Amino acid sequence: MKKIYYVIGGLLAVILVYMGCNQAGSNANGALASSAAEKVYVAPGEQDEYYAFLSGGYSGNLTVYGLPSGRMFKEIPVFSQFPTSGYGYSEETKPMLNTSHGFIPWDDLHHPDISQTNGELDGRWVFVNGNNTPRIARVSLETFETEEIIEIPNSAGNHSSAFITENTEYVIAGTRFAVPVPQRDMPISEYKGNFKGALSFISVDPESGRLDLKFQVMMPGFNYDLSHPGRGKSHGWHFFSTYNTEEANSLMEVNSSQNDKDFIAAINWKKIEEYVNNGGGEKMATNYAHNVYSHETHMGTSTMKKEVLTVDPTEVPDAVFFLPTPKSPHGCDVDPSGEYIIGSGKLSADLTVHSFTKMLEAIEAKKFDGEAYGIPILKFEDVMTGQVKSGGLGPLHTEFDDKGNAYTTFFISSEVVKWALGSWEVIDRKPTFYSVGHLMIPGGNSRKPFGKYVVAMNKITKDRYLPTGPELEHSAQIYDISGEKMELIYDFPTHGEPHYAAGCPAELLAPKSKKIYRLDENKHPYGINSPADARVERNGKEVHVYMGTIRSHFTPDNIEGIKVGDKVYFHITNHEQDFDVPHGFAILGQNTSELLIMPGQTKTSVWEPKQVGVWPFYCTDFCSALHQEMQGYVRVSPANSNIELSWSLGE
Amino acid sequence: MKANIAIPTLLLTFLFTCVGCGGKTEKKEEGFSVTRTKSPEKVEQSAPENNEVPASQRITLDNKGVGQIKEITLDPEINTEMADAGAALFKTNCTACHKTDKRFIGPKMQGILERRSPEWVMNMILDPQLMVEEDRCAKDLLVEFNGAAMANQNLTVEQTRSLLEYFRTL
Repeated sequence: MKKIYYVIGGLLAVILVYMGCNQAGSNANGALASSAAEKVYVAPGEQDEYYAFLSGGYSGNLTVYGLPSGRMFKEIPVFSQFPTSGYGYSEETKPMLNTSHGFIPWDDLHHPDISQTNGELDGRWVFVNGNNTPRIARVSLETFETEEIIEIPNSAGNHSSAFITENTEYVIAGTRFAVPVPQRDMPISEYKGNFKGALSFISVDPESGRLDLKFQVMMPGFNYDLSHPGRGKSHGWHFFSTYNTEEANSLMEVNSSQNDKDFIAAINWKKIEEYVNNGGGEKMATNYAHNVYSHETHMGTSTMKKEVLTVDPTEVPDAVFFLPTPKSPHGCDVDPSGEYIIGSGKLSADLTVHSFTKMLEAIEAKKFDGEAYGIPILKFEDVMTGQVKSGGLGPLHTEFDDKGNAYTTFFISSEVVKWALGSWEVIDRKPTFYSVGHLMIPGGNSRKPFGKYVVAMNKITKDRYLPTGPELEHSAQIYDISGEKMELIYDFPTHGEPHYAAGCPAELLAPKSKKIYRLDENKHPYGINSPADARVERNGKEVHVYMGTIRSHFTPDNIEGIKVGDKVYFHITNHEQDFDVPHGFAILGQNTSELLIMPGQTKTSVWEPKQVGVWPFYCTDFCSALHQEMQGYVRVSPANSNIELSWSLGE
Repeated sequence: MKANIAIPTLLLTFLFTCVGCGGKTEKKEEGFSVTRTKSPEKVEQSAPENNEVPASQRITLDNKGVGQIKEITLDPEINTEMADAGAALFKTNCTACHKTDKRFIGPKMQGILERRSPEWVMNMILDPQLMVEEDRCAKDLLVEFNGAAMANQNLTVEQTRSLLEYFRTL
């Protein structure tokens, strides 16, 4: 029976595609125009309209997809070791995963955000957060590689991150878990009033993108869940949702859901920046890692920083306010105009929309409703401008199109709801499959959204694909939002657990995407510009092999005089200068991953041979018709042998 | 891609005939060996373009190849400055596969301009893939050299011209 359905389904798909093809070029209207297959079909050899960067969640990495096809192009290793390329295994990239807790091979990557200029996507970098051992990373959108990782001290569960201001002045990273600051040995039960919530402002160098932890605002010990920057009129402010204003430290699912309203914290960072620039704030001793990768030396370096500037928010007048927001708000999203701040009370059915203008008026009139740890609380009625009575359950996140509409996910009722900014009327609702978390419209968190598709990222997959045992990849769904009603047009599996995503038009990135690293710009200390420089050098028990690769041989490919107990560094320079010709390297018995070396790049792998013998190495990336011949041997002699070090190719 | 289809069989034949002709034979070789007589290397002065003469020994001076270089006029005097620049480039970008004085992965460079036109040499450096697809001699060379495709090193016309000048000095 099932087979018949497949056959019918297949036929239908073929017919749909066929009809779509016939339609191309002619006036598309009527039923044919709504062909979902036509909308997502990107023909062989054709390219997608948008890039989408989906967080990998517990994979620790960032994945790159095309829209509308849902095809995955690349997995960019960020916080996790990645044996596919050798990231986190090669000597050059190990420093990227250094922290004050030592080398950490993993993290939980949540929220990508693309750099902006004047509130519009500029496509230079994408910033992401590591949630578990708090870190922020900067990924280049020319090389699609991680270039920088900065650890965040005094933070824990780095979740209201990594969101950037509208000229990429700062990457903002807030702590979800309040912790003792500085960390110390104290009873957990003394949380209330003692733990702190650090909100970190990391400046971004406008030219190099280099990160610098400029200051931390030490807030009361609430949980700072998500955040978004002000834009346009509200540029200079940043908004954080909070929960656990109860400051409970146990049985949180009950104890931190007691208050009728928690807060959205409004931070005037421009004011605090001014305060800090005028010598305000207090320097505090700490310890955190700052890791930078250079595409010139093809090498990462890790530096430990020892100091951070902290700011007591009560010391800066008119800089920090609390906006009461019903029931443990999760998403905290700002519309393209910068006027509306949307709080999604995840235990509520309604969305709360605050007005930036009303907020400023209330602050001006000093209409406060008390204070929390010295921070003024505004009156709910004075700042709230609308409520979206959606009828859904469990609102989480909101993105925006370019036509004045907002799209909110509802986790419990598994749906995306489209509503109008200003009238707060629900326009459409479509089910998701199942239990949707974040959603993403390219540019949907900027002043200029591209309102053609929305991608919903679902937490539960169940029956959407052929079953693969108990563990399933998460599912994403693409909706066409170009019309009045949303239309579900495609499902695609993702990798890890995508939380947030960021997307942009393909033409912003594709033309500047790097093709090769220039050999004459390679400044790797162990790189060789010419195979003539290939050699093997011994320094005690350390042996350095300066090796070159080109289709299809290693120079040298025979090495003798290595002894058991040696530590052998293979420094491999790929001498190709042609697009898409990487070479790989692996040697039998290596206690690490392979290397995948891009044209013009140098990478290093360490091998500590433990057994006497003649051990082969080979190229792992099918590089040419003679790829199978791209191989070589290392002779390993006993520790006490007196075989001279020698190397050769074709002799 | 067209070339790929022919490669596996040719390659296999070539590899099998090659096994065992390592050079050093001071002691009786273990394993199997194939006895064959080495044909003396003869250089044809003016060989017609056919399959009997290996592509590496053919003289194809009238063939300018396929690509952006249409016509090159060589100054009678060798420009030493340019040749030096070419020598440096040769060392970094070519020696992985080419030696000046003997066959390596690819053909030797000595005497290249007695066999090939300057235009052909430059076109081969600038776009080896196009040459292999469209130039008969380049195609035959690929087969003769075990299917080892020449790597595009993304050199500029100026850099390529300096390599050519260097080849004149060899």
